[in-house]
Amino acid sequence: MSFLNIDNVSKHFGSLVAVDGVSMKVEKGECRAVIGPNGAGKTTFFNLITGMLPPTKGSVSLDGHNLAGVDPSQRVKLGMARTFQITEIFPELTVRENIRIPVEIAAGLRLKPWMPAGMGAVIRDRVEELLDEGGLTRIADRFAGELSHGDQRACEIMMALALKPRLLLLDEPTAGMGDDETHAIARLIKRIHRESHMTIVLIEHDMRVVFNLADRITVLAEGRPLAEGTPAEITANEKVQAAYLGDAA
Amino acid sequence: MTFDVKKQTPNIIVWVILLTLPLWIEHAGSYIQLGTQVVVMALGAMALNFLLGYTGVLSFGHAAYFGLGAYGAGLTLRYLAPSTGSAVVVGVIAGMVAAAVIGPLIVRLRGVYFAMVTIAFGQVFYFVAFRWNAVTGGDDGLTNWKRQPLHFGPVTFDIQSNATNFYFFVLAIFALAVAVMAFLLRSPFGRTLIAIRENERRTRFMGINVNLHIWLSWMISCTFMALAGTLYALLNNFVDPRALFWTQSGTFVIICVMGGMRSFWGPLVGAAIFVWLQDYLSSLTPNWQSFVGLVFVAVVLFFPRGVLGILRRRALE
Repeated sequence: MSFLNIDNVSKHFGSLVAVDGVSMKVEKGECRAVIGPNGAGKTTFFNLITGMLPPTKGSVSLDGHNLAGVDPSQRVKLGMARTFQITEIFPELTVRENIRIPVEIAAGLRLKPWMPAGMGAVIRDRVEELLDEGGLTRIADRFAGELSHGDQRACEIMMALALKPRLLLLDEPTAGMGDDETHAIARLIKRIHRESHMTIVLIEHDMRVVFNLADRITVLAEGRPLAEGTPAEITANEKVQAAYLGDAA
Repeated sequence: MTFDVKKQTPNIIVWVILLTLPLWIEHAGSYIQLGTQVVVMALGAMALNFLLGYTGVLSFGHAAYFGLGAYGAGLTLRYLAPSTGSAVVVGVIAGMVAAAVIGPLIVRLRGVYFAMVTIAFGQVFYFVAFRWNAVTGGDDGLTNWKRQPLHFGPVTFDIQSNATNFYFFVLAIFALAVAVMAFLLRSPFGRTLIAIRENERRTRFMGINVNLHIWLSWMISCTFMALAGTLYALLNNFVDPRALFWTQSGTFVIICVMGGMRSFWGPLVGAAIFVWLQDYLSSLTPNWQSFVGLVFVAVVLFFPRGVLGILRRRALE
């Protein structure tokens, strides 16, 4: 059984079929990219994995746990963390506080009305470590809402990592970014993947990023799986070229 | 922990003003009961702001818990026991129990729907107090009782006839209550509330059961609101259904907005402005509320972050 096992999921919105019988198996430590033209159902597919939407048919399981009926906050406790296409951070708090909140949650302090003895220093060290890993130390005391798009995204990724997830889901991590920011985020994701052997599933538009990061790629078109394989296999696949890469090139 | 003078400056200013208030308030052309009223209203507004400013949830029905505290205290002194301490305890428990029961019914709602349902629940308590003449005195209010002196063994602290003593009694309770709220807001739990205010979706995707945390914040807020209500009843030796009416809830929201919802002491500043304006304007004109309204509109237009919000921005620049 694979680490993340998506079995034949579909999502209907009324008569619209956004995702139609998609299966995907992701192994532990793998970095998987999901690509497809606009309207291919990528984000809906993502929302079925994270539990934001219940599937009309099919099932999702993580490390052997069937996730049917498990709401998003419980999925986080099972080790799933995600970022959003439109960055979701705490805009009026500093970057350090943005990171500190998930660190405390991961330490099991979510309902603690006081800081347990000795935990203060542990939390502080972990926050500084994450700030450093994400290249955020220089902007740690600035309000997250006033950062550049790329820094906000790096902050959001580190907030997700602070939860110590076993599966990291990234929804278009470089959407709307310039070349420099795109490179910086891609480098960050690559480093996280290499150093912590994190299992990552990401949706991405930028082909350079996808071919640079992903171990395997799943291609969706019109809600259906079109192809799956290594970046080299996908590049060589004629169906994919016709449906997708052809347009882009 | 180290003592950071710069960070502590607002706290020092607030406490010096509050502790010395009986010395100067009459020279400032006012009177001690007005100072007590400011502290009581500030406690209520800070209790509301725990939910409004720090959890990002707007309740328009907090008068219910203010009134439950007030009636709880008044009814205890009138019918049960001539003890100020028991009156406060009964009033607070009444508010807390009501909030605990109503909370689960409303925490799924957000924004204006939450506000509307809190008004509806608030009005239920208003009508009970208004109609149940035999017990509450109905529209005429609950009379024929007085706050009682405090007894500590052989020592008696006369808060009944000595207004300055009563002021310090109220201030001591205020200090304890705001210390607990400040402590909670600086805890990991408190930070999850601020996280919900900042971005509910992000907080949910951090594995937080948002409705549970809002319910807890709601209960804490309503409990301190009930505490303010008990002090309000003791201050006036009287309580009537207007303490439960939805416009009273609106008064607390106005106080928070005027003073600044994002500043811990904002509601205190708002309460000082509101209570003083009310006292001054109502001596000039029966239409004083129109003028309070104008001040409120001016604050919202020109200082959208409240009076303290402006001061804080100046300090940052």
